[in-house]
Amino acid sequence: MIADLTEEKAARNAPNAYDGVRVSGGVITLMLLITLCVLLLGWIPAAFAHKPSDSYLRLTPHDSGWTARWDIALRDLEYAIGLDGNGDGAITWGELRARESAVVNYALEHLTLRTDNTACPARPSPLQVVEHSDGVYAVLDFALDCPATGAQTLDYRLFFTLDPSHRGLLRVDAPTGTETVVLSPERPHALLNAAPVSGWWQFASYWKEGVWHIWIGFDHILFLLALLLPAVLWRENGRWRPAAALRTVLLETVAIVTAFTVAHSLTLTLAVLGVVNLPSRWVETMIAFTIVLAALNNLFPLVTTRRWSLAFGLGLIHGFGFASALRDLGLPSDALALALAGFNLGVETGQLAIVALMLPLAYALRQTWLYQRLTLPVGSATVALLALVWCLERGLNLALLSMPG
Amino acid sequence: MKYTRARSLMNALLVFYPTRAGANSATGRRRWRVLLGVLLSVAGSALATPFVPADPEQVLERLPLAATDSQAREQQGLRRGLAEQPNNWELALRVARRNLEIGRAEADPRYYGYAQAALAPWWNQASPPPKALLLRAVLRQNRHDFDGALADLRQVLAAQPRHPQAWLTQAVIQQVQGEPAAALRSCLALRRLANALLFHTCLSGALGRNGQAEFAYASLWRALENAPEADVDERLWALTVLAETAEQRGDAQAAETHFHAALALGRRNIYLLGAYADFLLDQNRPADARELLRGEQQADNLLLRLALAEQRLDDPAWRRHAEILEARFVAARQRGDNTHVATEARLKLDLRQQPAAALELARRNWAQGQREPQDARLLLEAALAADQPNAAREVLDWLARVKLEDQRLAELSRRLRETSL
Repeated sequence: MIADLTEEKAARNAPNAYDGVRVSGGVITLMLLITLCVLLLGWIPAAFAHKPSDSYLRLTPHDSGWTARWDIALRDLEYAIGLDGNGDGAITWGELRARESAVVNYALEHLTLRTDNTACPARPSPLQVVEHSDGVYAVLDFALDCPATGAQTLDYRLFFTLDPSHRGLLRVDAPTGTETVVLSPERPHALLNAAPVSGWWQFASYWKEGVWHIWIGFDHILFLLALLLPAVLWRENGRWRPAAALRTVLLETVAIVTAFTVAHSLTLTLAVLGVVNLPSRWVETMIAFTIVLAALNNLFPLVTTRRWSLAFGLGLIHGFGFASALRDLGLPSDALALALAGFNLGVETGQLAIVALMLPLAYALRQTWLYQRLTLPVGSATVALLALVWCLERGLNLALLSMPG
Repeated sequence: MKYTRARSLMNALLVFYPTRAGANSATGRRRWRVLLGVLLSVAGSALATPFVPADPEQVLERLPLAATDSQAREQQGLRRGLAEQPNNWELALRVARRNLEIGRAEADPRYYGYAQAALAPWWNQASPPPKALLLRAVLRQNRHDFDGALADLRQVLAAQPRHPQAWLTQAVIQQVQGEPAAALRSCLALRRLANALLFHTCLSGALGRNGQAEFAYASLWRALENAPEADVDERLWALTVLAETAEQRGDAQAAETHFHAALALGRRNIYLLGAYADFLLDQNRPADARELLRGEQQADNLLLRLALAEQRLDDPAWRRHAEILEARFVAARQRGDNTHVATEARLKLDLRQQPAAALELARRNWAQGQREPQDARLLLEAALAADQPNAAREVLDWLARVKLEDQRLAELSRRLRETSL
């Protein structure tokens, strides 16, 4: 079987990789990569692992009902309706596909969702398969169209008469939160709460995603840091001096943050509306490059006054990056403006949080030798170097560091 | 595997094998391994993206039996018959027994579910016929519902006090629950109800854990000598108990001989494989353990021992095997199943070097009423590793109460007492 082959191969490629303590980092990385490949390319178990029977049902609300994904073990389907057409003890993709309508019908006969007394009709999509810890499962994607909102009852009967120890593991990703239910012969019902997705909820969820994107996106944080590090200083005769008044510092910060915001909001909107379309690899590389530029400007200042113009110019690039993150989330066609505004405001919130954390500290330390001679130059150099590595990685499609970008 | 601890051997009688969650403490605590494990578990969780295979000939799954296989045909015939007449009592019993047998041989809990399905018309009755009750007891025992199983057995014995299977199954559950004195009483009831070898195997199993290992060993040895006519399953069980009693007494050579004799019977038995693998790991023979368990990926407890052996041999395969086990534990937890905690505790203790998490799981295992020597050992080792000697108090008290003689446990107890001083 595939599993055994890949395992053997991995073992051959790195014999004695774990001999003794003196294992080089290269070997570890190689082993890690091989193992990851084995995992990601998907291995097929040689025979069934021994686990009681479960199916995994996941429901997500949409405008007029639910979208569902249902993973059902091939082994259970074989026991219930027979999949092994030629009786050779192996289920092939061809055999499964030949029984696709039987599989879908059998499954959907054993699952109903009712609003009051009306069953919500199911619209199945083509069958797929997926690997679980104990073997391959058929994946049924389908939509359930429920006419009215209100209390809905799910009734689950799959395999219970054949194997009473079977369980349906239901997961409902409702707007109000995720809920999980174990469905059993003793408890085959689940009450679903399908409150319609409100505009406010949608706005709030995109806002949250925006905050989250800033928080996990190191490049935006580093870009802001590089721009704001000198905000508490000013340049005079080729030297950094501490800013005397808080007011100047605040004005400088507001100017930089506003310029960045205006710039990236502009390009974010243009990209989301499809007016401008740039390849994402180019955008990601350029974002890294903007960080290099911003950090280098602290070390070898070119733009010392009106640094907001730097924030604006480079910030234009970042907007395209936000756009691809937003597109990855999936955009609601009916509430595009709402999503865009929510996400953008989330990004601003995240940005302001960083400023609020960093600025007081920088302001307090601005007169010290530590800040002027160490934090600013060494910090900027580190940021520039790191961003340069990203720049190369993204531009040349290499993996030099495994930092999230 | 989750349902393996309380496993029944369905031959003439329902004999039971508990699982072995205990194994040896592994060496090698290199941090990067732990890190690697964490990285791999992240990678593992990203597996579940559905796909459409490109090749219609791609094999997605292999069935335990091909449909043309005679055993599968017999199974299908029985199933079809029962589907037509679900209230046919004789047929239902046959189907249930057959599935229990396969479930035991393969350590595959799905077959226990099929067995339960065959008994559906009687399953929820307050007092089903004794034969159904007995099967329900065995199935409940497999799910670690020991109280439910014992209640069923009491009902059987109230109706038929001379029912050997019921006494034997009861003895076995009492052993698992760490009540060797009660088990001994159940075994004694078998004196005139079962053949001599079965009676002595039951008795010695209980005596061996009740402070009389020496006597238990000698009397079982004699009984085996005097029973040349005993069938394979009975001999296998007797030899396994004999080997374990020898191990308990610290006589590795005798244990090795008995394990070999049991394996030489040629009957695949997952409990025996686990017990022998534990012995090999204890004897610091991981290469032999790996050889014994090569390809044993289905039953969790065997896969765990394979991974333990591989880790000690610096065989990188252990990582993938640990990964698979962890994915199964996650799946089990999702369905609210707790039968795997002992295996998970051992994995956390020896493979992942997480003694605190291991201790928590070992305590849960103990609290669930799993109280065999290997459960005691697991908790003692975890308490030592986590540097929490007080967590072992309950086990030390239990050891003193049941007067269990076991060299490995005695050594662990001594070390724990020293640390707590």
